[in-house]
Parts: sequence; structure tokens; C-alpha cells
Amino acid sequence: MRSLQVNRVYATFRRTAADQLRHPQSAIGTLLVAFFLILALFGRQLAPYSNPNDQSHDARVAPTLDLGALQLGEHPFGTDRLGRDVYSRVILGAGSIFRIAGLGTLISVILGSALGLFMGYQGGWIDEVIGRVIDALLAIPALLLALVLIGIIRNLDFAAGSWQAALADNVILLVISVLYIPVVARVARSTTLDIKTREFVEAAEIRGESQFYIIFREILPSVIPSLVVEASLRFSYAIFLVASLGFLGFGARPPSPDWGLMVNENRGGFYQLTPWALEFPALAIAALVIAVNLMSDGIRRAAQKGA
Amino acid sequence: MLHFLRRRFLFFFFTYLVSSLTIFFLLRILPGDPARVIAGGREATEEQVAEIREELGLNASLPEQYLSWARDFLRGEWGDTIAFRGAINRDLIIERSINSARLALVALLLSVPLSLALGVIAGLFENKLPDILISLLTLSVVSLPEFVTGLFLINIVALRWGRSELAQSLGWWFPSSSAVPANASFAEMLPALWLPAFSATLVMLAYISRLTRAGVIEELKRDYVRTAALKGIAWRTVIWRHVLRNALLPTITVIAISISWLVSGLVVIEYVFGFPGLGSLLIAAIERRDLLLVQAIAMVTVTVILFANLSADVAYALLNPRVELG
Repeated sequence: MRSLQVNRVYATFRRTAADQLRHPQSAIGTLLVAFFLILALFGRQLAPYSNPNDQSHDARVAPTLDLGALQLGEHPFGTDRLGRDVYSRVILGAGSIFRIAGLGTLISVILGSALGLFMGYQGGWIDEVIGRVIDALLAIPALLLALVLIGIIRNLDFAAGSWQAALADNVILLVISVLYIPVVARVARSTTLDIKTREFVEAAEIRGESQFYIIFREILPSVIPSLVVEASLRFSYAIFLVASLGFLGFGARPPSPDWGLMVNENRGGFYQLTPWALEFPALAIAALVIAVNLMSDGIRRAAQKGA
Repeated sequence: MLHFLRRRFLFFFFTYLVSSLTIFFLLRILPGDPARVIAGGREATEEQVAEIREELGLNASLPEQYLSWARDFLRGEWGDTIAFRGAINRDLIIERSINSARLALVALLLSVPLSLALGVIAGLFENKLPDILISLLTLSVVSLPEFVTGLFLINIVALRWGRSELAQSLGWWFPSSSAVPANASFAEMLPALWLPAFSATLVMLAYISRLTRAGVIEELKRDYVRTAALKGIAWRTVIWRHVLRNALLPTITVIAISISWLVSGLVVIEYVFGFPGLGSLLIAAIERRDLLLVQAIAMVTVTVILFANLSADVAYALLNPRVELG
């Protein structure tokens, strides 16, 4: 039974791969995401200047990128008003957005699916109560809840080095988890409700297996395909949210090479001086958001076909 | 239908309770002295902290605190602002809410007809060139964060074209990104409303038009459409009199949902354009660490959204005779 379940998961991935070839836009999206992932992992090696705050260059140099001649030049994306290489900063900024959005998605998928599986399998009043509370929480717009949480946590006063201070430093991570755990839980719950009526679950119950065993060894493998779809969707929303919060000034603190922050720092009057310092990070955000959307569209389509 | 409405009302009150509890207890469950947090953290003086503790009745039990807080909110006593000295929260919020409502109104007036038209065209030409073009357009626009499209519009329309002779000759109505005073009249504000409203439109376009498209496609497959066509009724009449009438019904709900989307989506757009609305007030309140103002704005926003959702349900129930059966 176990190997059969594993095979089903494997088949979903194979279908996804085959589907990507039939729908070139999702293949392009996946390739672009892979490209950004490489930037995120090896940014320090790939960026010409591995220190994002190296101010030793001339300020306000126009981009030297020449697409016609395929030449990068000394400062492909120019330098900003403080003399920092925009190209290096864009490359180094990929790391933080992937780390926060990816980790946030991971935390919410793990905790959310555990909650959803438990609710779905238990049923009864526990499921009813938690389900209603989740419905009510989801009626509050995500961005509003995120801003209220950030607003409160920023005001808290912690001793340096304590775990609460570490939490406050990673407030965006916390926000993503709080926002997406209920969403993931709802998806996991509805799939569990369907799976738990199957014969193999009944068989395990008759064998007298523990609840833990039934939830995680019997039901979970069948829920994984829909969790993968939900995770890719959450990841695309998380990228969007991290970029937006960074832009609003609630993400990374200056002088981090955060894309949203870079866009915010170079708008208004500074845009006239160094338009490239705003345009390239904005382009990077747009490309990544679109790429992740296309990729998750492909994953969703493949999973629906398999179902 | 009564049963349906009763359930909706019950859910409305329950959701309202849960959201208000969330907003209230977020401040209480986190570590630290809420009075000091509200007063502004480390920078607050002991007197300010004591004053706030007195004002909020923090010495009472938690349920009592919640009840008195909720009562104050319903009465419109939302406290004094710390960030904007000399003003009280209620006046600030009402002024900014009116501005946001104006922005939302212009955005709805722009986006609803446009996206309905696009959705109907896409649905009638399912999988043909117009449909593909429209879905490409709406998908690429919706993927972009609001601040990217907003900044693009500011830089291209307001900064580049705004200096051209054409723009100068068009005069006052040409969109500009320059800030308007918060207490300007609707007519004075109108020139500053176009561009932010248009960025909001770009985001909503995809949602409404995709739902309309799906509705039209579903309705076209119905038996009665085939029957009408076979009876020899002109195709145009079938579309206008039958298909659209049925296909657009769900869209009413979508419009109400998009109102609740607008409320939060406008936060970023207002910030980008420097528009004096509720969203930019929320950002300012967070930046200036005015937690009572943050709480009050959150409660007002949630109230608006829940009422929008409730009225969508009621409108849907009234317009759709089939709900009675369900």
C-alpha cells in the first residue's frame, strides 16, 4: 500500500513534467524560477561585488548593459546615488525573498496540513469549531492582518538576543505563517474528509492502528498531491506579500539589498536621478512573481488532470 | 431563503466577533506591557504609560476589558491619536475613509464595465483569438504587484507624458501624482483619482473578467440556449435576453467581494500615490507606532468588509430565485 502511494506521488510529478512540455508558458515559468533560485543560492559567487553596500564606485553611473552587443560592462544596471552597484544588489537580493517566502511557505504547509489532517480525521465538534474560526479569520484581508501584526510587533520591546527579539526580526516569516496556516489547513481538511472514507483507512482502524499512524502513514500520502498544489500557490502569494511588505518599508531594514526596499528607496525625487536603481529591482520582482505564478498554474493543471 | 439569510447573518455576527477578538487580543497575548506598547515602547514616559493604563482600564479583567473596548468602538469612541497630535482617531478615520471610498468608487466605475465587457467577449469567443488575447492581458496584469504597476503608471503617465504639450493642453483633469490635501472636495480630488483608480482597475480586471467568462461559457452550454437557437430566435437576442441575464448574476457577488478586496488592495496603491486615504493612514499609524489608531482602522476596515460580504449575500438571495430551494 505504501509503495502504491509513493508511486502516485511520483506519477503526479511525472505528469507535471510532461504537462510543462505541452504548455510552454509554465515551462518558461519553471525555468525562470530555477534561474532565480540559482541566483538566490549562489548570489555571493555570481555578483561582481559580493558586498551589497560597497560604496566605492562612482555614484549615479548609467547602466552599461548593452543587449545588442551582449556586453555587461562594468555596472550592467548602473550604480545608485550612494555609488552601490545595482546589478550586484539585485543578484544578492534574490536570497532574502526566496528564504523568507520559501521558509514561510514551508512552515505554513507543515503546520497547516497537520492541523487540517487532524481536523478532518477527528471530525465532530472540534472540526466544527476550528473550521468556523478559520472561516472567520479568512474573512479578514491578508494584508490588513499582516499590517496589524507587524504594527504591534514593531512596538514590542525585547531584550537583545532573546528569542522574542529573534521573532521580531523575522516578523514577515511569522506573518506569512499566521496568514497561510488556516488556508492550508482548510485544503488539507477537505481532502482528508474525502480520503478517510476509503477502505484502506477503515482497514487500518480495524487493525487497531493508532490515530497518529492512520493520519500520517495512511492518509497523508494521499493528501500530498493537493498539498503540493497548495504549497506552490502559497509560495507565489508569499513572494508577492514579501515584495509588497518590503516596498512598504516593513520588511528588511536598510541597507539590505531587498528588492521591494530598493524600489521604495529610489522612487519619488530619486527616480529622476537614477531611474535604473528603481527599474531593475522592480523588473526582478515582476519577473519572479509572474514566473512563480506560471509555474504554480502548471502544477495545478497537472494535478487536476491526474485527479 | 429565510433559512439562507439567517445562516448568513449568524455567520456575519460570528465573524465579526472573531475578528474583533483577534484585533483586541493580538495586543494582549504578546509579551510586554500593553500600556507601554501603546504609548510607544521605550520612548514613552512613565506618565504616558500610566495615563494609557488608566484610560484603557487595564486593571480590569480581560473579558471586562474586551467588552468595554468593544462598547467604545460601537459608540464611536476610538480614542486620541498619538501620531497626529491635536486630532482624535474618529475624525481622522472618517475623513480618510471618505477619501478611500471616493477612490474605490472611481475604481469600480472604471473596472466593472471594462471587465464585464472583456469577460463577455472572452466567453463568447471561447478559446479563439479574442479570448486568448484577453486572458494573456489580464493574467499578465494581475501577476504584477500593485506597487509595480502603480509606479509604472506614475513614471510613464504622470512624469513623462505629464510634461508633454498634449497633457498641458488637456489641463486640469490630466492625472497627476501630486499629493492632494486630505480635506479636498470630490471635484478637487478627481484629477488625482484617475491614476490610482486605474492601477486598482488593473488588479481587479482579471478577477471579474475571468468569472464573467466562466459564467458566459457555462450558460452557453445549457439546453435552453440550444432550444432557443433551434427555434430560430436570432442569436443576438439569445445572447442579450437569456445568456447574459443569467451569466451576470454571479458577477454581482464578485463586485461585492471586490469591494472587500479594494479595501485592502488600496493600502499599497494609496501609499504609492501618496493619496490621503485610510490605507496610507494605516501605514502612517504603524510607522509612527500609534497602536490605538491601528486597532481602530483595522476594526473599521473589517466592519466595511463584512457588511460588503453580507450585502452581497443578501443581494444574491434576492436576485436568484433558486436560492430559496437551497
